Amino acid sequence: MLIAATLAIFIAMLLAIIRGIAGPTLYDRILAVNMFGTKTVLLISLLGFLMGRPEFLDIAIVYALINFISVIGILRYSDKNEFKHHKELDKEP
Amino acid sequence: MDIMVIILSGIPLLIGSFLCISGSIGILRFPDFYTRIHAVGVTDTLGTGLILLSLMLLSTDFLVIAKLVIILLLTLLTSPTTSHVLAKAAMYNGVKPVLKQS
Repeated sequence: MLIAATLAIFIAMLLAIIRGIAGPTLYDRILAVNMFGTKTVLLISLLGFLMGRPEFLDIAIVYALINFISVIGILRYSDKNEFKHHKELDKEP
Repeated sequence: MDIMVIILSGIPLLIGSFLCISGSIGILRFPDFYTRIHAVGVTDTLGTGLILLSLMLLSTDFLVIAKLVIILLLTLLTSPTTSHVLAKAAMYNGVKPVLKQS
């Protein structure tokens, strides 16, 4: 049962990485990478249970935090209006 | 007792695996960015929750269950936030939804 779930998550990660390579816009790629990260957290937890070493859950917690912060950071720098705002601030004084 | 635990943990595991695969098929086949966000955001939260719930039923140690609860709460907090921020950034930066298929 655990092996079947691990294989299902591998297939889901493969389809997500196909969308990440072929995505038309930047946001499709970010969405695919976010889904890939969530699936990686699940994969690490399932592999920990499959190998009988539940210490892998610590790595899964850290990976969930890194995934969230990296997506928020990339979206922060993908904003066009943010750079326009800084240019206006540079012009004013 | 043992076979009961295996059955009770196997049902959410299979449903969660099905939801993960259906969400990733949705990210491949939907025509639009916003529909892809819908597919990922809806199926990702429930699939992750069900798989972590089945792992919780499968384990006996208290510390392992506490770590699984922490991962579940983190996922339930961060996944809708990420979907919302993605949709807002795409909307403000000019990604248009496909309104009618002709």
